[in-house]
Amino acid sequence: MRRRDFLRHCSDAGLALLAPSPARARPAARYDQLLILVELKGGNDGLNTLVPFADPTYYRLRPRIGLKRETVLQLDERCALHPALEPLLALWQARELAIVQGVGYPKPNLSHFRSIEIWDTAARSDQYLDNGWLARAFAVAPVPSSFAADGVAVGSNDFGPLAGGNARSIVLADPAQFARQARLAQSAQSARAPANAALAHIRKVEADVLHAANGIASRVELRTAFPPGPFGNATRAAAQIAAAPAGVAALRLTLGSFDTHQNQPGTHAALFKQLAEGLVALRAALHEHGRWESTLILTYSEFGRRAQENASGGTDHGTAGVHFVLGGRVAGGLYGATPSLDHLDNGNLVHSVDFRSVYASVLEHWWGIPAAGILAGRFAPLELLRS
Amino acid sequence: MRTATTSRSKAAVMRYLLLLTLLLPSLVSAAAQGMDDARHLLGRAGLGASPRQIIEFSGLSRVQAVDRLLATTHHAALTPPPEWVSEAITPRHVLRDMSPDERKDFEHRERQRGLQLRGWWLQEMLGTPSPLTERMTLFWHNHFVSGQHKVRQPQLLYQQNALLRRHATGNFAELLHAVAKDPAMLIYLDSASNRKDQPNENFAREVMELFTLGEGHYGEQDIRDAARAFTGWSVDPDNGEFRWRPAQHDMGEKTVLGHSGNLTGDEVLDLLLAQPATADFIVAKLWREFVSPGPANPQERRERAQVAARFRASAYDLETALRALFLTRSFWAASNRGTLLKSPVDLVVGTIRQFEIPVSNPLPLVTVTTQLGQNLFAPPNVKGWPGGTAWINSQTLLGRKQFAERVFRADGMPRLEHPAQGDRPTATAMATSPGDQRGMPRTPYEIVVDADGWLASLPGSASPSEIERFVLARPPAGTLPVDARGRELLRLLALDPAYQLR
Repeated sequence: MRRRDFLRHCSDAGLALLAPSPARARPAARYDQLLILVELKGGNDGLNTLVPFADPTYYRLRPRIGLKRETVLQLDERCALHPALEPLLALWQARELAIVQGVGYPKPNLSHFRSIEIWDTAARSDQYLDNGWLARAFAVAPVPSSFAADGVAVGSNDFGPLAGGNARSIVLADPAQFARQARLAQSAQSARAPANAALAHIRKVEADVLHAANGIASRVELRTAFPPGPFGNATRAAAQIAAAPAGVAALRLTLGSFDTHQNQPGTHAALFKQLAEGLVALRAALHEHGRWESTLILTYSEFGRRAQENASGGTDHGTAGVHFVLGGRVAGGLYGATPSLDHLDNGNLVHSVDFRSVYASVLEHWWGIPAAGILAGRFAPLELLRS
Repeated sequence: MRTATTSRSKAAVMRYLLLLTLLLPSLVSAAAQGMDDARHLLGRAGLGASPRQIIEFSGLSRVQAVDRLLATTHHAALTPPPEWVSEAITPRHVLRDMSPDERKDFEHRERQRGLQLRGWWLQEMLGTPSPLTERMTLFWHNHFVSGQHKVRQPQLLYQQNALLRRHATGNFAELLHAVAKDPAMLIYLDSASNRKDQPNENFAREVMELFTLGEGHYGEQDIRDAARAFTGWSVDPDNGEFRWRPAQHDMGEKTVLGHSGNLTGDEVLDLLLAQPATADFIVAKLWREFVSPGPANPQERRERAQVAARFRASAYDLETALRALFLTRSFWAASNRGTLLKSPVDLVVGTIRQFEIPVSNPLPLVTVTTQLGQNLFAPPNVKGWPGGTAWINSQTLLGRKQFAERVFRADGMPRLEHPAQGDRPTATAMATSPGDQRGMPRTPYEIVVDADGWLASLPGSASPSEIERFVLARPPAGTLPVDARGRELLRLLALDPAYQLR
């Protein structure tokens, strides 16, 4: 515990030193380019997302839940998509979908909570950071105050990578309802009592609500039809916010639970159907409002799953995963090396792409912010965008 | 002989000194504690206190008040549960053979029952004479998490809830052993499908990370071998009861935390209980529930370690731990008052208990607490609700204020937001808020405070600043109009940020 505290302090201090001092010119980040993160909660099974159908070891490891060659959506001679992801094929063919395989980090942690914390804070496996990686980015390169908010978490109650720091983050389910209720927030100017941490938190939330309310209040009409269900609703809300004139830099959506310890096939297919239909609707709505070219969508998850199926028709916690990058400026295709099924580490896949390289692509190529000071180290960005 | 006597009397002196040190906080406050202390204790250990209860406790000393709370805990709920809780579960083969329509009806019935179960628990929280029992039952529900989406059959959730209440202020070691074999837990963390040759690590991991040691006190190998030790613990799919399947138990040698042998599941639990980290971990969580968001200074750290040491020395007696906790200086410190955020249950149940509002139907409150982020029997994941400042974000804060507005509204009529605009605000709110709210009641609720009656129950003619001290755990954060009186004053206090604190 003490060692952990020490690391926490050390590493945060280290980051502060790396970050440019406020006195110097801050980089002008291109926050008019929107980032939408989609968290696949619970640990999505990469091997049944991008299926190595040509590898006999895959079927040996997964006699019950391995996806049959004749059902999968073949992308090339070795890889195929899960059949429920069929709606995404159009994006793949339009070369607007990048699939990054073997995404993970060294010394993987197999706890849901710790591993998502590592992803959310862009930390090393043995490093404990307090703030989300987006909150850190917004601290280094502030979002213009004219924006309605730095980030909005849609439809879930936690902030993930938007947490901590001084980020102006909002949680909402429905922009119109948020705008109506915002009148209940109080202006902090009337403060008179000294604030404890809990009270200070409430005051900050009230200030963020008041600031965001006007920008998000404008009603945006969408012709696009969205699929039913919570994820469909979240993609609709995301499209409305993206189309509103007062911007936000980042949106975070969630879908889950992908924690498929038992009877994986039905659960996984149902989740992928929601994911694919929601993303396709989101793309249509962003097209409708001319924002598809200025939006980047990224999926992430705390880990992939064990290569071998378990006895319950499911999979236990694993390591490297597969992630999707979508957008009008994305250079579609496969990225990263396919993890070898013959060289597992304790039954787990060995990663080939550090997740922080994906984050570095967002920071450097999408927003134009130097990534090194934010990611606590240098990670080569992937060339995910068309030049 | 002589030496023995001396050392005995020395020991007696030492014991006396030790006793003195332990009683010190109480000795300094043997006098009646007064209104503020009584409000603090009842707000922290209970679920919102009415003026009558505060006045009653204000005449006791701190020790007397704490002892009275601990002496009056319950081990079973007073509210009669729904009748179906004693029905046999639907056996697996019946579920398997259902037609799609039968399955749909079955799932609808289970959702309705889940809702009734939530209503039953909220009703118990609203009416119980021992709110500490319910706070601790909820504490364990958020520790030994199980959720309906995985467990499915609500009878099993009821049984687990009764188990948590039975042990709520009892013995943690017994609770751990019992909950590890509880059918809802066995299903929730996949022990039911943890078999020799292909172990499922879910329970083994969470029992170390979340139930006993906390992260950093075990390795991956400990988890793998512990999972093997737990093989054979299962649930009978026909009657939903714990079943030991010796043929599925891995008899091989396992090594957990440096101990090797043909370990059983119970032996692994005892190994976890033998680690000092377990008492530290549980007491740290109790500290965040009752005292402060985290030790702010060396005295708090020292006192927390003392409570953990006594908890461990008592072989995990929870009443010992709670008594020690409530009698720390930190618990009473002025700097710690009003530093904990109310959970949605604290806010909703606490408001109703504090203002003595009659509630005939608790079901709408199930929807409210869910909208505010706390759907009972459905925590977000095995780690439970994170709590603390995570309770409050833009959405939940606005929802909390809307609840306060409705309770303290002047006209006494249910009011929808902007009904004139012709949209469906309540329906929208229900459909798009977090948490699975399928089948939850969508009618506006009729819960209104009797402001005049409540104000009349305060001692003498209470001034606005005295009323403030009955309503809030700390002074208001905003400036209130000086002429605010009666219901309007209560409404403004309930909308103040300080109303979210306890």
